Amino acid sequence: MSTLKVTMPSDREIAMTREFDAPRQLVWDAHTKAELVRKWLLGPPGWSMPVCKIDLRVGGGFRYEWRKESDGTTMAMGGTYKEITPIERIVSTEKFDDPWYEGEAVGTLVLREQGGKTILSTTVLYASKTVRDSVLKAGMTTGVEQSYDRLESEVLA
Amino acid sequence: MQSTARLDAIFAALADPTRRAILARLASGQAAVNELAKPFDMSQPAISKHLKVLERAGLISGGRDRQRRPRKLEPKPLAAATKWLERYRRLWEGNYQRLDILLEELKEKK
Repeated sequence: MSTLKVTMPSDREIAMTREFDAPRQLVWDAHTKAELVRKWLLGPPGWSMPVCKIDLRVGGGFRYEWRKESDGTTMAMGGTYKEITPIERIVSTEKFDDPWYEGEAVGTLVLREQGGKTILSTTVLYASKTVRDSVLKAGMTTGVEQSYDRLESEVLA
Repeated sequence: MQSTARLDAIFAALADPTRRAILARLASGQAAVNELAKPFDMSQPAISKHLKVLERAGLISGGRDRQRRPRKLEPKPLAAATKWLERYRRLWEGNYQRLDILLEELKEKK
């Protein structure tokens, strides 16, 4: 199984690379068709994605809303497409609804095909290092404060 | 230091490749400033600056102002930072494993 590599190329970025055993067109579809995105982009176990809207054109927007089934907690993010090169590259802004998340981040998705496999790279450039670190610490998700606290007690005790 | 500020200091310290290389070197045993400067083609003052950042983040100890006192790695804060990254990685690996399954389904449909 392919493993996911997470790096921090600068103090405002988080980058990830992973290989998928599928042609690039399918990986592209899974990132750009709402009915497919909502099947996998779910975060921690127990979350679903009741809202997934994608208007795939430059200047068009996307909106993702997640829900934790056990207690009804929700979280959401949205953004605007800035650059689209079909099956190869998407640049979009993105922003979580949470108030701690200042400014917009810019996400870049790049897909390369090699021998029938697809190498996916994503980079997200945040407005500041503080936001980047918050995202990293929160693990993308809800209950930012809560996970912050839990982590502190776990790791820094 | 407040623990959140502490984590910020750790991430800032780890953002620099030279500092990561210094940590990797110290992982194999303690070393003095001049020993640490050698492989990096950097002046001792430049290395000392990096060491100060690492010390402030609590990632190494032993320094103070004496040049010759060996620095050593403090494993606990480093483990904390690695744990953040690992948690984030696991979260996305969960997403991508679901994507693997979805891609298999899509391939079969074709």
